[in-house]
Amino acid sequence: MTAVQPKGASTAGADAGALLRLDDVTVRFGARAALDTVGLDVAEHEIVCVLGPSGSGKSTLLRAVAGLQGLDGGRIVLGGRDQGGVPAHKRGVGLMFQDHQLFPQRDVAGNVAFGLRMHGASRAEQALGVAELLDLVGLPGAQKRAVSSLSGGEQQRVALARALAPRPRLLMLDEPLGQLDRSLRERLVAELRELFGELGTTVLAVTHDQGEAFALADRVVVMRDGRIAQSGTPLEVWRNPADEFVARFLGFDNVVDATVTGEAADTVWGKVPVPDGTRQGACRLLVRPAGVRLVGAREGLACVVTARTFRGTHVAVRLEPPGGPRLEAACALRDAPAVGETVGVAFDSGDVVVLG
Amino acid sequence: MALPVAFFAVFFAYPVAAIVARGLKADGSWQFGRIGEVIGQSDIQQVLWFTTWQALASTALTLLIALPGAYVFARFDFRGKQVLRAVVTVPFVLPTVVVGTAFLAVIGRGGLFDELWGMRLDTTVWAILLAHVFFNYAVVVRTVGGLWSQLDPRQEEAARMLGASRLTAWRTVTLPALGPAVAAAALMVFLFTFTSFGVVQILGGPAYSTLEVEIYRQTAQLLDLPTAAVLTIVQFAAVGAVLAVHAWTVRRRESALRLVDASATVRRPRGAGQWSLLGFVLLTVALLILLPLGVLVQRSFDGPDGYGFLYYETLRSTDGGAFLVPAVDAIGNSLRYAVVATAIAVLIGGLAAAALTRRAGRLVRGFDALLMLPLGVSAVTVGFGFLITLDKPPLDLRASWILVPLAQALVGVPFVVRTMLPVLRAVDGRLREAAAVLGASPLRAWREVDFPLVRRALLIAAGFAFAVSLGEFGATVFIARPDNPTLPVAVARLLGRAGDLNYGQAMALSTILMVVCAVSLLLLERLRTERTTGEF
Repeated sequence: MTAVQPKGASTAGADAGALLRLDDVTVRFGARAALDTVGLDVAEHEIVCVLGPSGSGKSTLLRAVAGLQGLDGGRIVLGGRDQGGVPAHKRGVGLMFQDHQLFPQRDVAGNVAFGLRMHGASRAEQALGVAELLDLVGLPGAQKRAVSSLSGGEQQRVALARALAPRPRLLMLDEPLGQLDRSLRERLVAELRELFGELGTTVLAVTHDQGEAFALADRVVVMRDGRIAQSGTPLEVWRNPADEFVARFLGFDNVVDATVTGEAADTVWGKVPVPDGTRQGACRLLVRPAGVRLVGAREGLACVVTARTFRGTHVAVRLEPPGGPRLEAACALRDAPAVGETVGVAFDSGDVVVLG
Repeated sequence: MALPVAFFAVFFAYPVAAIVARGLKADGSWQFGRIGEVIGQSDIQQVLWFTTWQALASTALTLLIALPGAYVFARFDFRGKQVLRAVVTVPFVLPTVVVGTAFLAVIGRGGLFDELWGMRLDTTVWAILLAHVFFNYAVVVRTVGGLWSQLDPRQEEAARMLGASRLTAWRTVTLPALGPAVAAAALMVFLFTFTSFGVVQILGGPAYSTLEVEIYRQTAQLLDLPTAAVLTIVQFAAVGAVLAVHAWTVRRRESALRLVDASATVRRPRGAGQWSLLGFVLLTVALLILLPLGVLVQRSFDGPDGYGFLYYETLRSTDGGAFLVPAVDAIGNSLRYAVVATAIAVLIGGLAAAALTRRAGRLVRGFDALLMLPLGVSAVTVGFGFLITLDKPPLDLRASWILVPLAQALVGVPFVVRTMLPVLRAVDGRLREAAAVLGASPLRAWREVDFPLVRRALLIAAGFAFAVSLGEFGATVFIARPDNPTLPVAVARLLGRAGDLNYGQAMALSTILMVVCAVSLLLLERLRTERTTGEF
């Protein structure tokens, strides 16, 4: 295991725990700002996941930290040192590319050993390191295999082993599990989290998949158009999306205009109870599907069921209210109404969120 | 595969074999003893040794100077790039005689450098080497650059993230990926310089002589056909050996690469390092290529009464007596022949390359090497061979115009194959499978999947074949009919006659040839960029 301890694990703690700090980082492509005064701290041993739709600037963020993309403004500090002018290969960070970018001319061992070779490891050290890493990622004995003979999941593991080999102080993952099937993805997320915890690796990952981000990260950063829209623990972000963009990106579509008076809000869906202490006045209101309760057709808001989607633990029911945007409700399997039925809808204040 | 094989058998193997047989056969019996006799001569051995080492040195020097150029042309976006790319290809189509003369005008007695600094290189081996670089710069830039512009730059970035410096990343990731293309370019340069004729003849003086020069001397001056035949065989064997080594080393190197759209990899140069690299390349091009070309153009206008169009105007008349037709007719002839030759070369070469991609095995590899042989066989031999073999039924083509394009296509095919093969082999087979499950027949899949990916390579190949056809001299001079000369033949005929007028006219005609070539290549580049679609 010693071969893969992060290099700066004990030394860089001086800088108040922040291994990586971005100050007002700006990158422009022509007139468009891919990164617009982004500020971000990543603490030692922390796993941070940047989440955002494609084109939100998340890959550019990684490339900027890696030194593959020059800055048009701001600075990047790594381990207390400004990285301006430090070339990519001297930064000591690892980057796992979206499509892995394994070297097709080399076999698995050649790929994993590449970073060790660049750092002047002897042949014996390389062989030892490669064997250890392949064990670690669950591909023991794969040294001689050709890259082209690997399955997607195996390529993934080799790419991870290759990125970990030179013991980067910061490991960056670009859509790490993007191309894998669901079950493999879920297993790998758990494995990765365990592995990073064990190694104490500091990780900065980007993904557009919220499930992946929430499962992997200690902290989630949501990006929109080159700016950070929200940053917090997965639970915080899930519970209190900062604005409508974040809410919709997380898959919450029950958003409506509202006017809060006392303990309820007036909406096109009728009165919706809000949590205690909610700011009074006009706002945008989110009701999470779990807070949309189905009641008898005569009580509450009468809606027609237009679709049902089986989601494993519950059924997502799509409802057409008499006015206003459509609603989504999450309900238990046995209670799910059939398409075409008319049901009544009531709202739980616990799942109602006022958006900023 | 059948068509390319038949083509080569009839139009290459048969004529060459016939002429060799004529040289070695005396009184109805084979005289193999002559081979040992000729090779035993010390002056022949000296020629062999010089031929080999100057070819190696020229190849190394060309790669050294042209690889940075290939990079700049592949990855950088700068003003005038397309024009410049066409310009560096111009030397390639110039008749060797013209190049020799242009170089003499720069570095020879009374040349530009002599006047400025009293520097002369014309009797040194450097003159030969530099002229060879001048000739072959485009070979490297085009074959290597074509692949380079399509390599995914993120491969290098991946290496850099693992701690490799820019140079190390290039050496360990890009160079191996470029390997086949570099090897192919090196092989072509080596073959050209190994069989170099006009340049050595003019710049080498009596001190330096290559095999090709010696073959010419034995055939045309000493009329010693048997010795020439032996030398042809020796050259043939040497070229065959080189090709075998090449096939053996390259066999396992061509792996499936990540190819991306070339337009996604070009960018403006950034930072002092990249600007100075661009500057260095532009300076090399200016000194090595533009200067000799410039001197050539200057001399075409430098008439007895000062600068003017005198030499161009006289090209329209038949007064000089050198031709049965006005010299300007040669332009039309050249273009016609070149178009037909390009069509033949692309068809034959494309089929051959496709066959080589689909199948494996010893036979195919042998065929691969065979395709390169025309580059290594004396053009003089081929042309002469055409005359003595294709003159009786059923192949009585001596009076037909098709003979010239056929000979020119023979030299063009190797270029088409060499340019197409690395790209064709790098196409991911799964794309074809994806097309098949979507209902495309194999032919349709090729057209919809392979073709768009290789179209770029195909156009580069066609450009090469066209340029080679325009500039082909050795074989054409034997078979072109007197009333239908091509540009290079006309130039050589003018240079062969004494007098300032003829010399000036030769320069003028060379300039026209140069412009025709540059314009054609430029049009081709336009065609190429018009239809490329970016990724963004």
